Amino acid sequence: MKNKKNIIYVALAIIIYLLIFALVETGTASRQLQNLIVPVLVNIMLAVSLNLIVGFLGELTLGHAGFMSVGAYAGCLFTVSCDLPAFIELPIAFVIGGLTAAVFGFIIGIPALRLKGDYLAIVTLGFGEIIRSILNSMDIVGGSGGLKGIDKSGNYTVAYVLTMITLLVISNIIKSCHGRSIKAIRDNVIAAESVGVNVVYYKMFAFVLSAFFAGVAGVLYGQNLGIIKPATFDFNKSIEILVMVVLGGMGNIKGSIIAAVILTLLPELLRDLADYRMLFYALALIIMMLFSSNPTLVELRQRIFSRGKKEVG
Amino acid sequence: MDFIQQFINGLSLGSIYALIALGYTMVYGIAKMLNFAHGDVIMVGAYVLSLAAVKAGLSPVMSILFPVVVCMLACTVLGVTIEKIAYRPLRNASPLAVLITAIGVSYFLQSVALLIFGSNQRKVDSVIPKFSLTLGEIHLSGEAITTLGVTILIMICLALFINFTRVGKAMRAVSEDKGAAQLMGVNVNSTISLTFAIGSFLAAIASILFVSSYGFVGPYSGAMPGIKAFVAAVLGGIGSIPGAMLGGIILGIIESMSKAYISTELADAIVFSVLIIVLLVKPTGILGRKRITKV
Amino acid sequence: MALVEIRQLGISFGGLRAVDNFNMTLEEGQLYGLIGPNGAGKTTIFNLLTGVYKPTDGEFYFNGELMNGKTPIQINKKGIARTFQNIRLFKNMSVIDNVKVGLQNRHSYSMAAGIFRLPKFGRMEKEMTQRAMELLKIFDLDNEAEQLASNLPYGKQRKLEIARALATEPKLLLLDEPAAGMNPNETAELMNTISLIREKFKVSILLIEHDMSLVMGICERIIVLLYGRVIADGLPDEIKNDPKVIVAYLGE
Repeated sequence: MKNKKNIIYVALAIIIYLLIFALVETGTASRQLQNLIVPVLVNIMLAVSLNLIVGFLGELTLGHAGFMSVGAYAGCLFTVSCDLPAFIELPIAFVIGGLTAAVFGFIIGIPALRLKGDYLAIVTLGFGEIIRSILNSMDIVGGSGGLKGIDKSGNYTVAYVLTMITLLVISNIIKSCHGRSIKAIRDNVIAAESVGVNVVYYKMFAFVLSAFFAGVAGVLYGQNLGIIKPATFDFNKSIEILVMVVLGGMGNIKGSIIAAVILTLLPELLRDLADYRMLFYALALIIMMLFSSNPTLVELRQRIFSRGKKEVG
Repeated sequence: MDFIQQFINGLSLGSIYALIALGYTMVYGIAKMLNFAHGDVIMVGAYVLSLAAVKAGLSPVMSILFPVVVCMLACTVLGVTIEKIAYRPLRNASPLAVLITAIGVSYFLQSVALLIFGSNQRKVDSVIPKFSLTLGEIHLSGEAITTLGVTILIMICLALFINFTRVGKAMRAVSEDKGAAQLMGVNVNSTISLTFAIGSFLAAIASILFVSSYGFVGPYSGAMPGIKAFVAAVLGGIGSIPGAMLGGIILGIIESMSKAYISTELADAIVFSVLIIVLLVKPTGILGRKRITKV
Repeated sequence: MALVEIRQLGISFGGLRAVDNFNMTLEEGQLYGLIGPNGAGKTTIFNLLTGVYKPTDGEFYFNGELMNGKTPIQINKKGIARTFQNIRLFKNMSVIDNVKVGLQNRHSYSMAAGIFRLPKFGRMEKEMTQRAMELLKIFDLDNEAEQLASNLPYGKQRKLEIARALATEPKLLLLDEPAAGMNPNETAELMNTISLIREKFKVSILLIEHDMSLVMGICERIIVLLYGRVIADGLPDEIKNDPKVIVAYLGE
């Protein structure tokens, strides 16, 4: 039963890749759509990695764009400054970007051990702003003008492989005993400690792993676009990723993937509605929370949902 | 001399932070939530102030009083409405859900302002009469003096209100234990509504002082001061009124000193670093007290 | 040597002396009852024994080892598990996963095994499922294994908490009002279950309870707490007739 499911996932992954391959190589997809493939995959990586902290660990961080930027700068600075062939250079850049972000994840994890909820949210927000201010004032990385001249070697195949690795690692961890420990911390810290769950270790682990993949996604972003600017990785970017997680359902990896795809494609395809994007994000956050946490509205939702089910069955 | 001038600038900036921080700290202390949208209420207040500033047909006193009163009313109503629509339904929900909703509300206010007024900054006339004090080389603007004076006055009034009135007592009771307060006949919902009303009223005052000093407002004008004010509230000890005042002043001075002597670009980074250090060393803030978690 | 040896344990919160001069000796296999009016400090003692609070004075030996200052995690690893007065389940996880989290204390596998699905992952997961189901069966929860813990009725939630605690393979089990909110039938059934797990798992039990019939029926010794102090310690019959206890419970 479980094996069957896994085979379906693998088959699905291959089919989707072949589909993208066919669309791009035959030129069926428009230029605009082709340019969106990597950003979609970057956002999937960001959303799924953020979901590990928000959905599974149950802590809110508002600095995911900060992790992304640290990784992007570290990885892209490497490829800019050295002159190796892409197939050697890129994997090293991803590892450098990921590890650098992971180090920052560790540093941010330290206050996360002592703080909870609102305090942690503000600390991570502050962290994102600190990173941005520092990058803005650092001349070696181009200051506010950004780091230019990055090889555009991050194509859709590279992006697809990285996304699959991210999904595999995070979803396998969630389904393992380690994932259960992380979820136990989310549901009740005191009870988790009482049955011997190492809260410090798992909180730290979730932060480091999440930051790692955000960092890799950052490198990918830079290697695809050819330029990275501090302003890209601001608070709004962190919120955008959070909206993907919330809209897809906290603690739901498939949901994050779908939300990331929709929220990346929609604003680009419906340019006229671009002005309403922020408004949509805001309403999405409020309405999703009300319908998932208000007892009356939850009941209403369940009633509608179960009626729909009955009709189908 | 420059140092003293910077110190005074910091003091004036800090008292605006303190005023905003008072709103945060009250709401946090009583409703146990970070009202992320508090800063954006200030932004809305500033827009209202600029729209209500109609010079024609009003006496000089009225032309100041009218926009001020409209701004206060608008902010108070907005604060209470936000609480009623977005936060009250989540009274017993997880803190994570409430926080995400609050971020949503903040974003909502910003995006609505963006849609109505566009991203350009709008000029707002100061409602504070022009005057200034010059002592030797030190220059004190009317805005700075008014801000400092108003903030101190409000802090004293608020402390008296919380400690010596019936309603204030109810507020403290709700902050200690919602359930027990309810059993003792305190109407928790209306107490929390009132807290939001007072918090938003303070936001209106902060908005008037803030925009009078800076002269411009944009859709994102409230976000940064709001977050910094929350930092100030945490620094001073969340839930503590003198703490909010102290935290605000300290933060204002740190910021203006960093801008003057280190780097303008890094000033925000320094402010946030201070927050992170404080939270690691003394998570309850300077004047905060420790709570025992019940198991 | 006794399993638990507590000497002059005490804790103050600010000026409040919540527990003072608490002494207790619990032999291996014993079932001890801890009773007293509300606010007497019973749960505080549990929190002291499980490392949630740090005692301000006194010593607590478990298996001859000093436990003062150890964290809840360390204490659980040494073999003490507990339930909570206000149920603390992992609400958004399935019933069986709740138990599995408890099992992980002693049976687990590396991160790599989890990520790459190494053979150890499959083997251990299978073993854990099997053990968890055995435990659930004892508490008659095996039919609800895949349900969310929060969907269980109240009585079953209490049972699940005991199952989760037992999953950590403790030598000492602390039960904080296990029968609270249960009807007499459920309480009687719970008494049987407690006796059963004591035999089957060779576990010593310290029990906080308000239901007198339950306490008197199954406890071998009882300690009575009032305002943080022990006012009586003895056999159920002695406690029943102790004038100090009667005054504490019924007034003069």
